[in-house]
Amino acid sequence: MAQIGPVLVDGIIYSAWLFIAAVGLTLVYGVMKILNVTHGSFYALGAYAGASLTGAWLARGLPPMLSYAVLLAGAVLVTLVFAPLIERGLLRFMYAKDEVVILLITYALFLILEDVIKLIWGVNPYFVAEPYALLGSFEVGGLRYPTYNLILVGLALALAAGLAWTLRATRSGKLLVAVIHDPEMSRALGVNVDRYYLVTFTLACFLAALGGSFTAPTVSVVPGLGVDVIVLSFAVVVIGGLGSLPGAALGAVIVGLVRSVSVHYMPQVELFVIYFVMAMVLVFRPRGLFSLAEPRRI
Amino acid sequence: MTRDRTPLLLAAVLAAVVAGGLVLPQWALFILTVACAQGLVVLGLMLLLRAGLVSFGQALYYCIGAYTAGGLARAFKIGDIFVQMLAGSLLAALVALVLGFLLARYRGIFFGLLSLALSMILYGLIVKSEALGSTDGFNLLPSTLFGVRPSAAWVRYAVAVAAACVALGAALLIHRFLNTPLGRLGPAIKDNEIRVEYMGASVRYAIHVNYVIAATLAGAGGALVATTVGHIDPEMAYWTTSGEFVFIAILAGTGSVIAPFLGALVFGAIHTIAYDVSPNTWQMSMGAALLLAIVFLPEGLWSLFTKRKAA
Amino acid sequence: MAAILDAQGLNKTFGAVTAAQGVTAAIEKDSVVGLIGTNGAGKTTFINMITGYLKPDSGSIRYEGRDITALSTRQIARLGICRSFQIPQLYSSLSVYENMLMALGIMLHNSGRGGFFSLGAPRVPGHDAPAEEAADRILGRFGLSGYRDKNAQVLPGGVRKLLDIALTMAAKPRVLLLDEPTSGVSAEEKFGIMELIIQAVKAEGATVIFVEHDMEVVSRFAQRVLAFYDGRIIADAPPQDALRDAEVRRYVVGAIERSARA
Repeated sequence: MAQIGPVLVDGIIYSAWLFIAAVGLTLVYGVMKILNVTHGSFYALGAYAGASLTGAWLARGLPPMLSYAVLLAGAVLVTLVFAPLIERGLLRFMYAKDEVVILLITYALFLILEDVIKLIWGVNPYFVAEPYALLGSFEVGGLRYPTYNLILVGLALALAAGLAWTLRATRSGKLLVAVIHDPEMSRALGVNVDRYYLVTFTLACFLAALGGSFTAPTVSVVPGLGVDVIVLSFAVVVIGGLGSLPGAALGAVIVGLVRSVSVHYMPQVELFVIYFVMAMVLVFRPRGLFSLAEPRRI
Repeated sequence: MTRDRTPLLLAAVLAAVVAGGLVLPQWALFILTVACAQGLVVLGLMLLLRAGLVSFGQALYYCIGAYTAGGLARAFKIGDIFVQMLAGSLLAALVALVLGFLLARYRGIFFGLLSLALSMILYGLIVKSEALGSTDGFNLLPSTLFGVRPSAAWVRYAVAVAAACVALGAALLIHRFLNTPLGRLGPAIKDNEIRVEYMGASVRYAIHVNYVIAATLAGAGGALVATTVGHIDPEMAYWTTSGEFVFIAILAGTGSVIAPFLGALVFGAIHTIAYDVSPNTWQMSMGAALLLAIVFLPEGLWSLFTKRKAA
Repeated sequence: MAAILDAQGLNKTFGAVTAAQGVTAAIEKDSVVGLIGTNGAGKTTFINMITGYLKPDSGSIRYEGRDITALSTRQIARLGICRSFQIPQLYSSLSVYENMLMALGIMLHNSGRGGFFSLGAPRVPGHDAPAEEAADRILGRFGLSGYRDKNAQVLPGGVRKLLDIALTMAAKPRVLLLDEPTSGVSAEEKFGIMELIIQAVKAEGATVIFVEHDMEVVSRFAQRVLAFYDGRIIADAPPQDALRDAEVRRYVVGAIERSARA
């Protein structure tokens, strides 16, 4: 079928974006057993930081090719300012509470951050499209796609590979897996679990910010950007399995392809199908398609 | 045995609304009515919270109620608020009856996520539906009560009093429910579900019943808001709407059937004042209020009025 | 005497583990039976099958002549077979009195009394009194009146055990299965607590089956002992005989026979 090409390309691009946006969420859940609603805030913070810094960079006539580094820098900056503050300043006192209560706390933080963003960047949209247009376009099946999208796909693959390698091959990564399985035991064995929580939270927020930052050139950055992302990320992560990195990838691919198919063939169900799949997974395999085996504690 | 003061309190509140409403400005009557509607939804949430379940999808039924009211107004030219509320709550109850078979098996974060997914499904459906007005939604007819259309000067007062009657009547019924053996199962389920089953009671049945009641209340609330605001849109099924209800529930606490309405009123007041003072920081104020409530008043505002006996 | 509970040829395996092999036992009405055996011998599996928590792979369980093998936990509880737990299952946010009220409230719920449309104070079935009265009565029988308003979380271990068992009495059980009633209780208190329990339970006219590891408690309180090993019942006799049985001594009590010295 002549139409399969565009459906697949669209699907892959969207999946890549979803993975970048959602992987941090599953990471935080896996390690800290927290569903972090501020994940959406960091996405928005990254988008604003990336867009505003790049806009300023280009306005000064500085080399456009380096704007990608600026996007990255924006994500890093915003993470370093807010993530440790939130984790050390508030969250770490709440770990003993019920997971639903912690979710509500992150929701409260999300509300606060929505307005913090408005205070810093105002309410007018930021539209910085140069990095997006700079790389030209490529053709698939008679349709043109901006080459920039390949960066997103590349980024997603690099992240997936990087995270997988870190967890499997490095010492800290293996210790992190231990913390994922049993924080108490790990603590008893001398692992500095608090530090792992801080690092994990910061890393996850960075990933969200990175997603926002690199998406910024493709959209108009407006208040409320994080609101849609967070619930989509929930869907991706639930489908793949809370806490599972391969799950996040699988979830992203499924949601990306499902959405692409519906956009091309039946646009009215575009949003419906995503949450329908999420509900189906919750009904038939609540722990997700790739779930961490839960050892019986009693 | 301490005398049950709740019915008296409810009657007093109703009297206050009827009398005080005569002197309140229009915007205050509006807030009052919306508080009644939101309070209804939160009352239902409270039932679930008592059983240890946090629903992030009450917006589903709220939206069903609202769109039922809207549908009645648009398609059948029915503007009677009582008919709208009845229809809205009935449809919501029916949907909950079916979905409850599924949801009653879930606990904790999974209950929350599934309820969220279900409400987002409705959102996705409405948002892309031209017939239902997609993202813009649509407006409703002016409200009528028992066939009478109040004049522009009196309509807000009339609707506010009607809302208060429905809200406080519902509160009375729920209060009675909570004093029946079935109604009392909530905290037992939250504390030790296994024990409840081993004593021969069906936990799933109890949760299902609470879920349907909560949906019915939410449907009524949605219909009420639709007619009060005069406009409905898909945002009513969005996760942020559910989030707001949970917010109010946490703020209010589960100590009494009056608490949800108190919480909704406080929420509405903060919202309005904060928004007036600075539109770009009202969410921050809300977030801060929620945080403070969670950390310092885990039993909600109502706990300020009651003293729990120390262990 | 009539058998109130009759287990025939119960078999249950979990993969490579045989939890029950041909377990057959008829429990007489009003008797007090002790179940002994090492961990993993099949005692708890036996209790779980009787209470409907597990279904045997084969075999049958009859209660007062009626086949209950396929029934659920809930249905079996409603028929009058109740159990207490090794780790006391209490309503953690409530006081002792409130715990008792809750248990009695569930009885009201099960019987459909005191519902939305009823008037007046409903009487709990079997206790013929309103819940508040019945609660104090049961608490009194178990010596828990002094702890009435204390939160369940702060109770000492032995008291938690007593409350756990007292809660099952709300259901007026005909058969009561006690899972290690004296475990976690200090040595000096064991006899006292067991005495209290047996007296309170017998006053309600229930048949008692209890799991115990303390052989002195077993000898003192059981009329009959079922010894388990490897999923089988290796002895079924009054305590003195059972505890002298060679297999029981070897597999349960752990005594190693010394060979006769030359």
